[in-house]
Amino acid sequence: MSEPILRIEQLNKSFGALKATREVSLDLYPGEIHALIGPNGAGKSTLIGQVTGNLMPDSGRIFLAGEDITNRKVAERAQLGLGRSFQISSLAVELSVRRNVMMAIQATQGSSFRFWKPVRSDSALLEPTADILERLGLTERASTLVAELSHGERRLVEMACALALKPRVMLLDEPMAGMGSEGANRMVAFLAELKQEVPILLIEHDMDAVFQLADRVSVLVSGAVLAHGSSDEIRNHPAVREAYLGEETD
Amino acid sequence: MTTVLNSLKPQALVSTLIPQTREHWINLLLILGLVGAALLAQYLGERFYVNLASRIAIIAMAAVGLNLALGFGGMVSFGHAAFFGLGGYVAGICAYHAFNMNPALGIGFLPEGTNQMLTIWAFTLVLSGLLGLAIGKISLGTSGVYFIMITLAFAQMFYYFGISWPAYGGEDGLPIYLRNELPLIDTNNRLTFFFVAAAMLLISLWLSQRLMGSRFGAALTMARLNPVRLATTGVDPQPIKLMAFVISAMITALAGALYADLNGFVGPNMLSWHFSGELIVIVILGGVGRLYGPLAGAILFVLMETWLGGVTRYWQFWLGLILLGVVLFARGGLLGLLAGRDKDV
Repeated sequence: MSEPILRIEQLNKSFGALKATREVSLDLYPGEIHALIGPNGAGKSTLIGQVTGNLMPDSGRIFLAGEDITNRKVAERAQLGLGRSFQISSLAVELSVRRNVMMAIQATQGSSFRFWKPVRSDSALLEPTADILERLGLTERASTLVAELSHGERRLVEMACALALKPRVMLLDEPMAGMGSEGANRMVAFLAELKQEVPILLIEHDMDAVFQLADRVSVLVSGAVLAHGSSDEIRNHPAVREAYLGEETD
Repeated sequence: MTTVLNSLKPQALVSTLIPQTREHWINLLLILGLVGAALLAQYLGERFYVNLASRIAIIAMAAVGLNLALGFGGMVSFGHAAFFGLGGYVAGICAYHAFNMNPALGIGFLPEGTNQMLTIWAFTLVLSGLLGLAIGKISLGTSGVYFIMITLAFAQMFYYFGISWPAYGGEDGLPIYLRNELPLIDTNNRLTFFFVAAAMLLISLWLSQRLMGSRFGAALTMARLNPVRLATTGVDPQPIKLMAFVISAMITALAGALYADLNGFVGPNMLSWHFSGELIVIVILGGVGRLYGPLAGAILFVLMETWLGGVTRYWQFWLGLILLGVVLFARGGLLGLLAGRDKDV
C-alpha cells in the first residue's frame, strides 16, 4: 500500500479539565475519502482546528506527505498543499464568482506584485478559472456577485477557490450544510469524482452522503476514536449505533 | 509583444478612447468640463477662474492618491496632509535656495537648490515614498480607528515641526517668488500651468486605473474585502497594503509640490489635519473607491468653497449637510449617484 498523504499520530488537546482530543490517530491515502463523524461536542472541530493549524495540539504529530507540519502556521500549511473549505462562508461577497476564483488562481502563480497587465484579459488567470468553474457547473454564474448566490452555490464557489489552490489534500468541513437536496446531490457527485485527484478528509452530518461517499469512516465520541472501518462496517457496528446513531442495540 | 502590438492598432486605440459605459461617459465629461472651463475662463480673461481650475486639478490629484489607500485599500488615512505638505515644502525649499543662491540646510556641500520642477518632483517622489514606507509600516500594525489616529498623529508631528522650524518661515510659511520651471514650457502662463496640472492629474488617474486592473489591484481589493481569505490562499495582505499606501503617498506628495507652485507659497496649513480631513471629504463626496470619484469630489468641494464661501462664512455648514446626505443616501458618492453601481466585478 502506498504512503498516507495525511497522517495524524496520537493527538491530544485539552481545554482546562476538558479533554477535547484523546489519542486520536487517523490517516488518509491517495484516492480515498475518509469521513469523520460524531455527535455534536465530540471534538470534530477541535481536531480539524489542529490539522489546519488554528489550534496547537498538546502532544502528538501531524504529517503531510511525510513532512512534519505540527509546528507550521496556517498559511505555510496552505502552501504545502493543505486545502480546506470553511464551515462559515469566507468569500468576498462584493465580487463576482469569477473574481473570487481568479484571486485563488493568482495566489498559486506566485507574485501579486505585478502592477501593469490587466487581469480582465489575462488568459493565464481566465482559462484555469473557467476550467474550474465549468467542473463545478458554475460557468453561467461566473459574472454573478457572490452576494446574490444561494447558500449552496456559495459552497460550490468556496470549493472552486479551494481547488484553485491545487491542494494535495482537501479538508472539507460540512460541505453539504445548508444545501438543498439538488445541491447536495451535485456536491456528492462532484466529490466522488474529485477524490481520484485529491484525497478528502470529510466532516459531514448528512449520513446518507457519508455512507455513499466514504471509503473509510472514523467515529469520534468524546474526543476519542470509537470505531474505524468501511462504511458498511460502521453502519452495522453495535457500539456506533448505540453511541452515535442513537439506537438501542437489541 | 503581441499585446503591445494589439494596443497600438488603431481600432483598439479608438475603442479604448470611446466611452463604453455611463461611468466612462461621466468620467470623460468631468475631464472635458474641467479643461473647457479653464479654456473659457482664459478666453474671457477671468484669471481667477483659470487658477481655480488648476486648483481643482491639483486637489483632485491629491485625492486620487488618497483614494488608492482609502477607497481601494480600505486604509482610512487621516494624515495625508503630511505627504501633501512634504511635496509643498520640497518645492518651496528648493526654490528658496535657488532664489537666494545659498546651499540647502546651510551645509556647504549640498546643492544650492533648484528651480527645475522635474528635479523637484523626483525629490518629492523619493522622499514621500520613504516617508510613506515608514508611516505605513508602523500604522499598518494597527487597524480601524487606531489606524486613523496613528496616521493623524504622524501628520501632526510634521505640522508642529513645520510651525517651529524658523529656517523656512515657521508659522509664516515660505513664499516662492518665481514659479519653478519646466523645460520648453512657460509655467508662468496661467493656462499652461493648468495644462501641466491637468496632465499630472490624468497621469495619476491612468496609473491608478492600470494599478487597480492588475494582479496587484486584485490582491489589494481582496485585502480590503476579506483579508482572511487572502491569507488562506497564501498571500500576505500586509505588504500589498503597504505598497498601495506608499504609492498613494507619492501621488499626494506630487500634488503638494504642484500646489505650492500654483500658490507661490507653502505654509504649515498644507500639513494641517484640516487638509487631511478635506481630502477624506472629497473622496467620500465623489465616491469611495471610484476611479474618478476624487475628481468629481474636488470639483464639487472647490466650487462650493468658492461660491458658497463667497455668500456665507458658514459654507461648511452646507458642506456638512451635503456630506450627511451622501453618507446616508448615496453611499457611492456623486459618481455612484450619476453612474450607478460599479460594474467592473
